[in-house]
Amino acid sequence: MKKQQRLTQLFAISTLLLSVQTALAETAYVSNEKDDTLSVIDLDTYEITATIDVGQRPRGIILSKDQSKLYICASDSDTVQVMDLSTHQIIKELPSGEDPEQFALHPNDRHLYIANEDDALATIVDTQTSEVLAQIDVGVEPEGMAVSPDGKIAVNTSETTNMVHWIDTETMQLVDNTLVDQRPRHVEFSKDSKVLWASSEIGGNVSIIDVASRQITHKVAFKIRGVHPDKIQPVGIKLSDDGKYAFVALGPANHIAVIDTKTFEVLEYILVGRRVWHMAFNADQSLLLTTNGISGDVTVVDIAKMKAIKSIKVGRYPWGIVVKSQ
Amino acid sequence: MMNKRINGLGSYFLLCALCGPLLLSQSAQAQLDIDIAYIKLQQEHRPVLSNILPEASDAGQRGADLALQDSNTTGRFLKQSFHLKTDISDTPEETLTRIQSRYAQGIRLFIFDLPAGALKTASAWLNKASLNSVPADDVLIFNTRAKENALRVDQCISNVLHTIPSRAMLADALAQWLKEKRLNKWLLIKGSTEGDHAYAQSMQRAAKRFGHKIVAEKQWSFDTDLRRLAQKEMPLFTQTEEYDVVVVADEQGDFGEYVLYNTWYPRPVVGTQGLTPVAWHRVVEQWGAAQLQSRFEKLTGRWMNSQDYASWLAVRSIAEAVTRTNTTNTTTLKQYIISDKFELAGFKGRKLNFRTWSGQLRQPIPLVHPRSLVSQSPQAGFLHPSSELDTLGFDAPESQCRLAERF
Repeated sequence: MKKQQRLTQLFAISTLLLSVQTALAETAYVSNEKDDTLSVIDLDTYEITATIDVGQRPRGIILSKDQSKLYICASDSDTVQVMDLSTHQIIKELPSGEDPEQFALHPNDRHLYIANEDDALATIVDTQTSEVLAQIDVGVEPEGMAVSPDGKIAVNTSETTNMVHWIDTETMQLVDNTLVDQRPRHVEFSKDSKVLWASSEIGGNVSIIDVASRQITHKVAFKIRGVHPDKIQPVGIKLSDDGKYAFVALGPANHIAVIDTKTFEVLEYILVGRRVWHMAFNADQSLLLTTNGISGDVTVVDIAKMKAIKSIKVGRYPWGIVVKSQ
Repeated sequence: MMNKRINGLGSYFLLCALCGPLLLSQSAQAQLDIDIAYIKLQQEHRPVLSNILPEASDAGQRGADLALQDSNTTGRFLKQSFHLKTDISDTPEETLTRIQSRYAQGIRLFIFDLPAGALKTASAWLNKASLNSVPADDVLIFNTRAKENALRVDQCISNVLHTIPSRAMLADALAQWLKEKRLNKWLLIKGSTEGDHAYAQSMQRAAKRFGHKIVAEKQWSFDTDLRRLAQKEMPLFTQTEEYDVVVVADEQGDFGEYVLYNTWYPRPVVGTQGLTPVAWHRVVEQWGAAQLQSRFEKLTGRWMNSQDYASWLAVRSIAEAVTRTNTTNTTTLKQYIISDKFELAGFKGRKLNFRTWSGQLRQPIPLVHPRSLVSQSPQAGFLHPSSELDTLGFDAPESQCRLAERF
């Protein structure tokens, strides 16, 4: 047993060594919702190298394009904090509107699109001038936020209204709404900005939406042996850059699903920690890291093998995660 | 911009008419106005010994208010506008008059925050009136207060859905947890009101269902002021054959609060006091509930309770049906709500829907004490062929109601 474990570790390390050529020691940042901290993980050693105090109830986190800054939704502090990653100091607080939960950074590296969960609003902030550019009425409990890679459209989900709201990034106005199943959470654009993936936590499925027509073209449902269908609650979504796979975190089902993005077939269910929320790739996408809310840890998934290879204890209720490459 | 939005929606409806769950409506582009009457008979609070923390007098009503807000936020994207007509009365007679005038105004969607007696009278009147009108039988009523098991078992009323859990659901939720904890020997003590007796009966039924033993049963009848004498009276009152747990049936909180820490044997207290099964409580915060709690507190300045939650669910059920069917036709809404397509996100970690036989909303039951959530039933391992939620309360074979057949 131990031997096997060591072998897997060895294997993991050797795959890491291979990837070292492209990316030196990478670092993962994890927000711990109930600890008001960030955990910093060295992806070489899988050790926690630092735990940093931040604002209250940190949830969504996001890197600036040059990876020098980290934006943190400090939900109960009603602010977005900006951390300098070379010093781990908070250098600025942005006016975010009340209760910021998730956000997305426009490809222009300046405009942050923030979901204000308590206020049924989306706020757009200029990160350079700290100016609020617009506040847009959306549905009840806005949650997921994404900006298309081409920068033209921002989308937001509202959990109790059950909609995907489409925002024109030029006019900063709401242009359309698409009704999806109960409690939509995360949204993710395909790299070519043509397809949008949206998870419905209570509906138990993922809607694939054609961006041009804003119509649902597919719904992907999940089934895991031995897990009650009601416990399959899709939250986080990640699409691989090679366009092959979509990874969907299934919450209290404690698994992530791997979906073929061409056929929309579920290829694999990978067991991770308890109540898996969100995910992040490392730079070369050989690894996928998941935050597991209830078990308070991060699972490292080897993508080539489609297997969980390591779990790392972090703080209480880990929520958001990003990986910084050096 | 407007045009674009409507086009998008129209095509969505078309698409999903193909995949089943939505109906295509010709009126997809028209403004819909949905009127809902909220009818409340003010609760009488008889004087109780434990009168330190008063009940909110607007319980229930504010839950409906919040759900209306939530639904209109959604509605503005779909050109659906919800209106709540709130009538609060002090007597059953006045209640009926109000209902009659709302019906005359054309309202067909009702939320009844009424005790069982008034609920039966009012529903009977509405059902009779609507049977003789055109289109016939087009009323829909939500019961948000009456927990009587009989309404779900043998006193079935047409067109009534229950969003408040029955006493049997609460009792079963507690009994499952007690089983899990192996607290199998109960001392059951009850007060003297009708509700106390009904609660005790539900606990007796649950004891049988889940294999517990009631070692002694007593009725509280003392009339001393327990605030001074609890330490003396309660130990003697609870001195019986040994038990694992004391189950209290005191719905209005007359003496129950004084049982804790004063029992003859040092044992936990559960039931209407101590560890309590509820539809909702401030300590429920998982599954996004924290957001609902904070919206409610912002609106009302107080905590959301079970009655508020039941009213919230009633308005949201109507709004969800209107959103998905895009109609105000009550018959269509009724059929959609009772169908297996209906799903409601109720902040309890799974989708909620209605039992087709009794019209009872299936829902997990939180077990709470005043400062924290202890557990949520159904407990793991209590299995059911179709839904584990149906291990709580009266299942189809145990009920004579066949509500859906008449919808």
